[in-house]
Amino acid sequence: MSKTEPATLTVTADTVSAVDTVTRAAATPDVAQPYRELGLKDDEYAQIRKILGRRPTDAELAMYSVMWSEHCSYKSSKVHLSYFGTTTTPQMRSTMLAGIGENAGVVDIGDGWAVTFKVESHNHPSYVEPYQGAATGVGGIVRDILAMGARPVAVLDQLRFGPADAPDTARVVPGIVSGVGGYGNSLGLPNIGGEVVFDASFAGNPLVNAACIGVLRAKDMYTAHASGAGNKVVLYGSRTGLDGIGGVSVLASDTFSGDGSAGAGSNSRRKLPSVQVGDPFAEKVLIECTLEVFAADLVVGIQDLGGAGLSCATSELASAGDGGMHIWLDQVPLRATGMTPAEILSSESQERMCAVVTPDKVDEFLAVCEKWEVQADVIGEVTGTGRLVITFYDEIVVDVPPRTVAHEGPVYHRPVRRPDSQDALIADSTARLARPATMDEIRQLILTMIASPNLCSRSWVTDQYDRYVRGNTVLAQPSDSGVIRVSDESNLGVAMATDCNSRYTALDPYAGAQLALAEAYRNVVTTGATPTAVTNCLNFGSPEDPAVMWQFQQAVRGLADGCAQLGIPVTGGNVSFYNQTGQTAILPTPVVGVLGVIDDVRRRTITGIGQEAGETLILLGRTTDELDGSEWANVVHGHLGGRPPAVDLDAERKLGEILIAGSRDGMISAAHDLSEGGLAQAIIEMCLDGQTGARLVLPIDQGDVAGAFVALFAESTARVLVAVPRSEELRFTEMCQARQQPMIRIGVVDPAEPVLDIQHVAVLGLDELRAVWSATLPALFG
Amino acid sequence: MARVEVDVTIKPEILDPQGKAILGALGRTGHAGVIGVRQGKHFDLEVDDTVTDDELETIASTLLANSVIESWVIRRVASASTAQ
Amino acid sequence: MTASIGGARIGVITFPGTLDDVDAARAVKYAGAQAVPLWHADDDLKGVDAVIVPGGFSYGDYLRAGAISAHATVMRSVIDAARGGLPVLGICNGFQILAEAHLLPGVVMRNSGLRFLCRDQWLRVENTDTVWTSRYEPGAEILIPMKNAKGRYVADPGVIAELEAEGRVLMRYIGDGPAQGNPNGSLNDIAGICSADGRIAALMPHPEHAIDALTGPTDDGLGMFLSLVDSLLKV
Repeated sequence: MSKTEPATLTVTADTVSAVDTVTRAAATPDVAQPYRELGLKDDEYAQIRKILGRRPTDAELAMYSVMWSEHCSYKSSKVHLSYFGTTTTPQMRSTMLAGIGENAGVVDIGDGWAVTFKVESHNHPSYVEPYQGAATGVGGIVRDILAMGARPVAVLDQLRFGPADAPDTARVVPGIVSGVGGYGNSLGLPNIGGEVVFDASFAGNPLVNAACIGVLRAKDMYTAHASGAGNKVVLYGSRTGLDGIGGVSVLASDTFSGDGSAGAGSNSRRKLPSVQVGDPFAEKVLIECTLEVFAADLVVGIQDLGGAGLSCATSELASAGDGGMHIWLDQVPLRATGMTPAEILSSESQERMCAVVTPDKVDEFLAVCEKWEVQADVIGEVTGTGRLVITFYDEIVVDVPPRTVAHEGPVYHRPVRRPDSQDALIADSTARLARPATMDEIRQLILTMIASPNLCSRSWVTDQYDRYVRGNTVLAQPSDSGVIRVSDESNLGVAMATDCNSRYTALDPYAGAQLALAEAYRNVVTTGATPTAVTNCLNFGSPEDPAVMWQFQQAVRGLADGCAQLGIPVTGGNVSFYNQTGQTAILPTPVVGVLGVIDDVRRRTITGIGQEAGETLILLGRTTDELDGSEWANVVHGHLGGRPPAVDLDAERKLGEILIAGSRDGMISAAHDLSEGGLAQAIIEMCLDGQTGARLVLPIDQGDVAGAFVALFAESTARVLVAVPRSEELRFTEMCQARQQPMIRIGVVDPAEPVLDIQHVAVLGLDELRAVWSATLPALFG
Repeated sequence: MARVEVDVTIKPEILDPQGKAILGALGRTGHAGVIGVRQGKHFDLEVDDTVTDDELETIASTLLANSVIESWVIRRVASASTAQ
Repeated sequence: MTASIGGARIGVITFPGTLDDVDAARAVKYAGAQAVPLWHADDDLKGVDAVIVPGGFSYGDYLRAGAISAHATVMRSVIDAARGGLPVLGICNGFQILAEAHLLPGVVMRNSGLRFLCRDQWLRVENTDTVWTSRYEPGAEILIPMKNAKGRYVADPGVIAELEAEGRVLMRYIGDGPAQGNPNGSLNDIAGICSADGRIAALMPHPEHAIDALTGPTDDGLGMFLSLVDSLLKV
């Protein structure tokens, strides 16, 4: 709105004279500063004073405090995350164009194309204001992807809520879902998958993770660095307002009387909500504008503005560059009056980007912004001083070595201790729980399970998301993974799935992270794509709790070791700590995202049966009595204890090779991964998705109720149910035998009748199944 | 019986994307003199005599407005006798 | 209105916030014509043979869906050309824009369910005698995606009666069951309408997202683009 929106900055003599400058800081070393309120510890504050050789100014204090926060500095997780680096081999690294430390990982997918993908959390803001919290979560991850030089092409969201029938769940679910949809839909990004999970541990702390995939030509990648003295720093996008500066408001002196002051002498900015309002329209325009400046080669380096706003963008750009940077803070276009330097630096106003542009291209850059009606201003330049200097009306308010802000923050070695209660948790297996005693009870259990909040239809959620926009969506929810066509010409595409079972992870964090990896990997291969890279979003409780740090450490090791075993690299990730209600932490939730590549999306494998005349159902993998931590134990007994299903990543890889070969050679007409809810859930979803009946013959003796129960509800891993056209059956089973893949012919597709007939166990009409499966979420949330 | 008007607007420090877009459109359509637009919602409530000012405040703060990002103004605009 | 040698040239407008312009352009290409990008701030229609006003959230749907775009520079040219007989199709947000620009009667309002709804929707093509629908058999039933938060067609009773009487209801929501039928409370189940001569048309569901069963539920939507190309090449 550069043409029409008036400048709102009004500077009074008070504003400037009240500013805490470097000169003043040097002259008044003993001024008490509210560093504790800003989250800094005594030794951290002392360290800042040591770095600067004086006390920090208000603006510097604001910068250090936010950049040294857990969220920005990874100070508790860094020592553990380094394990990803030590387990990544050069072979695994070979397709990585950018990895951990960049805005998002970038993977070469061949044909000159590259893909970037990442998951990020926006948990706490979504609890405070569900709609805006979720919306700005989507906005943030999309800008991360954009900052790599990529066009964002799809989003997926991983949502975890308290019990489905809890009153506060009814508050947050509609807001969060419509926030994800409202923002993503308005951006024109198809939502192709994700998770919706209900568990009591998320009651006061829902998890809102958002993933985004972007595509770019491999040669066009950008990174966040500011190099070349004399190059200009351009801030473009929305104006900077008081959004999200709640924390820094302790620095606002009573002298200021800008927006937000309720009365004389009151410091009402203390009361400002730390909520940001998203403007998806502004972000859509920002995307198109940014892609146009990329295409015209007008950018040297680029950084999105997210948490920590300009503090983060300027210090990271300068820190990653080869020199210093000078910022004229008075050139930042503002939305509120009387903002202080600390507030301008800390504002989390959305839909902003920061670019480094050579002087000869600044006019062209600004012209592109003007075409898209995007506000753009030169706010600084790259220097050779090695320092980040920020001035406000010619007064120096920040003068720091940028690396000390952005990359050399504190590192903690937090205590790690396996909690004593873990043994009791493991000992409390499902062996003592009552199992169904008759086939009638199993029939009823099937209906109870598919209607349960974690297994029922997600349509109430996913129908609020546009899955079609951009016209490249080959598969979307409820498919095992989302598949997006990258190239219209070659039909090259990518698949992505994200998974985590927090219950398994609570029982065994190391195995739980590997199970999340295994399931996401399996979901990708089930659609016919080859897993290529991994990202994560690690949601845990307080790092100050040694038991939580133990869960975290174990999960990181499990994931890293698992990726090494599968030979696919972790290209990036996100850590979210302090997810807890009071002293109670959430179940550990390391969400794992696996990206796959499919050379021809036309051969993708679908979920629904009935596409071919005459299909045989074959269950790949071994089923054993593994029900600890299962959805059955949760739904029927409200029980969590024992050991999670065994992980076998070699079996997962072998299974993957078979599914990919089956897709490539046209041997598989449908496939569906077995996970929560076991075989019963998988076959029902295949029937309902394909609107076709099936006959299932379980590998048990007639009347064996216990056997039927395990066959239908066990959650053993490395299993996929496939439908094979009769004409391909021999070829497919021979391939499985040659590769020693465990398999069992378990039924046939029966288009004649809309019925799932589990022989000698239960006969279920598809209408009845669909009715109970579909009714749950609408009944809960309207 | 009384008529009560409630105006809900986004708090001044919170971004109003709609107002911003409308302002842009006004500029493009030749109304350059307009320098600010904030969009809000207007509610007309018909209430009987049992509804107190406190209750109206509760209604506005908990339902009509999202107190995290919006502010509101309540006005009783007309009073009529309950006798018909 | 004769298409030039080398095929029909069909304009696709991009407003700030337009989303389905790439899809509309792809559908035009699938139908064998050339898609010509048109920019909202430019009054030049580049001599195109028809115009598609695509879907999205132009200007964020702020104020009213389509209200700000209806005043865009390009729309002045489109309105003039449409009154002169240029075929114009509005899809979703394009419908809202054409209604706000008064090229078609009525308004499109918030769904009765108050939520954004994305689903595959059955429609009946009620008028197959227009430049946009001639490829369909009379009464054809098609399945194409629908995705919007504001798709409820409303007009006063006189207008509805006139639309019905003149065969200007182009498409109607059909189907039984909870997941089909009228999705949003549109009067008379109206999904799309057209001008008296059938050259200006608009619908809320997205034919451009049903041009290939790989990326859509069917290829039922391609018929609209093929119909147009037929009419342009035939004249």
